[in-house]
Amino acid sequence: MDSSRPSDHIDSADPQAIVQPTLGVVGYLRFFWRQLTSMRTALFLLLLLAVAAIPGSLVPQVSSDPNGVIQYRRNSPDVAAVLDALQVFTTYTSVWFSAIYLLLFVSLIGCVIPRAKHHFDALRARPPRTPAKLSRLDGFTTRESSADTAVIVDSAELLLRREGYRTERYSSTDRAAAGARGEPDSVSAERGYARETGNLVFHTALIGVLVAVGIGGGFGYSGQRVIVEGEAFSNNLANYDSFNPGRFFESSALEPYSIALDSFEVVYEQGNLSALGLALDFTAAVTTTTQGAQPQAAQIKVNEPLSIGQMQVYLLGNGYAPVVTVRDPDGTVVFSQPTACLPQDGNLTSICIIKVPDGLDEQIGMRGFLYPTTVALATGALTSNFPDLLNPTLTLEVYTGDLGLDNGTATSAYVINTDSLTQIAGREADAATIALTPGDSIELPNGLGSVELTAIPRFVSLDVHHDPSQLWVLVFSVLVVAGLLTSLYIPRRRVWVKVAANADGTHTIEYAGLARGEDPGLDAAVVAIAEKHSQALPIRLQS
Amino acid sequence: MTEMFVSYSLVAVYSAMGVYTLAFVLFAVDLARRSAASPADRLAATTEGRVAVSATLNAASSGASRGTTSVLERETGRESDAAASGSKKGPRYLRAAMALIVLAWVLHVAAVIFRGVAAGRVPWANMFEFALTATAIIVGVFLATQFWQDLRFLGVFISGFALVALGVSTTNFYVDVVPLPPALQSVWLIIHVFVATLGTGFFALGAGLSVAQLLQARRDAGGLKRLGFLDTLPSAEKLENSAYRLTVIGFVFWTFTLIAGAIWAERAWGRYWGWDTKEVWTFIIWTLFAGYIHARATRGWRGSRSAWLAIIGFSAVIFNFTIVNLFFKGLHSYSGL
Repeated sequence: MDSSRPSDHIDSADPQAIVQPTLGVVGYLRFFWRQLTSMRTALFLLLLLAVAAIPGSLVPQVSSDPNGVIQYRRNSPDVAAVLDALQVFTTYTSVWFSAIYLLLFVSLIGCVIPRAKHHFDALRARPPRTPAKLSRLDGFTTRESSADTAVIVDSAELLLRREGYRTERYSSTDRAAAGARGEPDSVSAERGYARETGNLVFHTALIGVLVAVGIGGGFGYSGQRVIVEGEAFSNNLANYDSFNPGRFFESSALEPYSIALDSFEVVYEQGNLSALGLALDFTAAVTTTTQGAQPQAAQIKVNEPLSIGQMQVYLLGNGYAPVVTVRDPDGTVVFSQPTACLPQDGNLTSICIIKVPDGLDEQIGMRGFLYPTTVALATGALTSNFPDLLNPTLTLEVYTGDLGLDNGTATSAYVINTDSLTQIAGREADAATIALTPGDSIELPNGLGSVELTAIPRFVSLDVHHDPSQLWVLVFSVLVVAGLLTSLYIPRRRVWVKVAANADGTHTIEYAGLARGEDPGLDAAVVAIAEKHSQALPIRLQS
Repeated sequence: MTEMFVSYSLVAVYSAMGVYTLAFVLFAVDLARRSAASPADRLAATTEGRVAVSATLNAASSGASRGTTSVLERETGRESDAAASGSKKGPRYLRAAMALIVLAWVLHVAAVIFRGVAAGRVPWANMFEFALTATAIIVGVFLATQFWQDLRFLGVFISGFALVALGVSTTNFYVDVVPLPPALQSVWLIIHVFVATLGTGFFALGAGLSVAQLLQARRDAGGLKRLGFLDTLPSAEKLENSAYRLTVIGFVFWTFTLIAGAIWAERAWGRYWGWDTKEVWTFIIWTLFAGYIHARATRGWRGSRSAWLAIIGFSAVIFNFTIVNLFFKGLHSYSGL
């Protein structure tokens, strides 16, 4: 029926055994193009895409779970090597996954373009000629009337127009007498053009989403930064702890601004025993300064990111950053700064790594645990049973030796390699593990100096995002839904009303419809039109 | 207060499960009686008599197994029987089952409301609550569609599903009422999750109809001789059309769920799409149902093949809710278990 549709579309004519002529290069290209744009291929690619997405949910992904990938590599290096070769850790950017969705979209474009052209023509075309035999069509029904043909046709046309149909009058004698148009005796009507429009909008908007994600996303960036209460950070590449630029990112795109974390408040559940210690609210009070403007107070919460210029700042993590002060034997401060500790559980037992490379006779490194609410287990080991700072303890094992910070290789601040270091306080040393509560100061072994737990501020980890495509993705997504609704729920149908003269001078009016696409309400619609129409006509009692 | 409402909710859930059990039994009895009944009585049981007759006519014209005479017999049988019973609402067991499932549903909804009152928020913030509410919505969708057309024969599927879902969630997923963690404190919790459950309800019905369609198609092909109740169901084509219409509604809701989820993810996690496991599965389900809709429009795929896609799609929804929630690592870890 629609030459613009793929040949295996349910509404297309069934191609009976086609004798293929010998194909040349162009012939083959055309053949492959037809194959690619067929419904069957689209369906196959859609299902293949669904299947291809599965491995990425079974194996940790670099993008969403980098630590999981590291752990996976460590636990089963052999399997990981195979998975690496197959790009399974980066499933959604892998060659094979990309190939499937790109083919799908090429197929989609190949389908949408001819359909769009066809639809554009259809929008300007007259409803087609009334078929000779309406009785074969859907919802066929007849009514009798004594009114004149012209009256019947006029009222039918008026009714159909009111119902949103585009109408055209035809005469059954036109065929015979070419040139001279006979008196119109039928109305051909079509409605629901928006169905196809919606379908095209839906598919085009999907392409729009893909393009917006693929190209627009390349101009964006995201960066992560840990800030301790009282600290500030300015938007500068060097100030990020980690930074993921898009493909087309240039550092000049970073808008100048700074954020100071004034305080970070957490509310914990204290009454409900089933949820004791559950965090109920995180509020980061910040002061932002953009270029040439007064500093402004603002807040960032989970679900309530902060907008600065074109950037969004999200609150993604938090923890404690104890300030440890190290003094040399003379009492001179050689190190005093907060260290963000990595939370290990819901009660915020955290691992702290502190490196003091300068100022003492030897470099020292410390590794320990912070227990916000300390309780001792029966074994003597410490643990935390509430995430707030009710009874904090910081334990530290102290090492001396070369921390490896001076040879230029990058090292993580959250990891300390103790292989070449000597423990001077801790389980493997003569001196016991150092345990500090806020304000405590303890001498380091070997007369190295002293260490003090000065304060325990909190830190937050902020995620700074700029994604210029985001709005476009949303716009196209809304179009996707709008197009989907239109294409599914606006019935496209043709309706014909035809007058036939009876021997006694009265008329039989025939009504019939034709569905174009899914249209379960067609029969009822034709009957409704017939009813309304015959009511609008002069009444004639039937014998 | 919380404790009191939690216990009210549980009492209501267990009562609902009891009544669902009775409804399930009666729905099953109804189907069994239809299978045992004579062909004429079967036709009487159907409220889609016209369709069944036309289906029989089709079968009669295509094959020699069913003669024209039997069609006439059936037709007269239908009329006389309907006149005798004086009821157009179907057999007694079916009506009793429907009354019971409505009662069970009222209890079920009460359980949902009590849970919400106890928690002081929407009752779908963890796996237990989600299962509780989602099954109520699925049954609600089932009951609501009866105003559109008679799908009571799906009652055995829906009541059985509700029973199993409630049984598993009360015994395995139960958690006490806890406040919402900050990530869930969003208006999108109401919108995103609610629309997802609505979509699930329509997918469930669509899958049920697709199963019936497959059975009917097999019986039309000469198989399943013992499942006589199938004669009282609409034709395979009619079942397919109904399944399609319901599944398409589900697809619209699912599309919206996906977009709403992306908007929420942007607010809460700083990116609208990150291939988190739950996002992946939502995408897979969307793609499967998109495939289903395409299959309906593809020659050679309309019919049983597309029905299988609807069933696979709904299985993926259930997989997403159970296996992905419990065993896959990801950001949507709100099961509370």
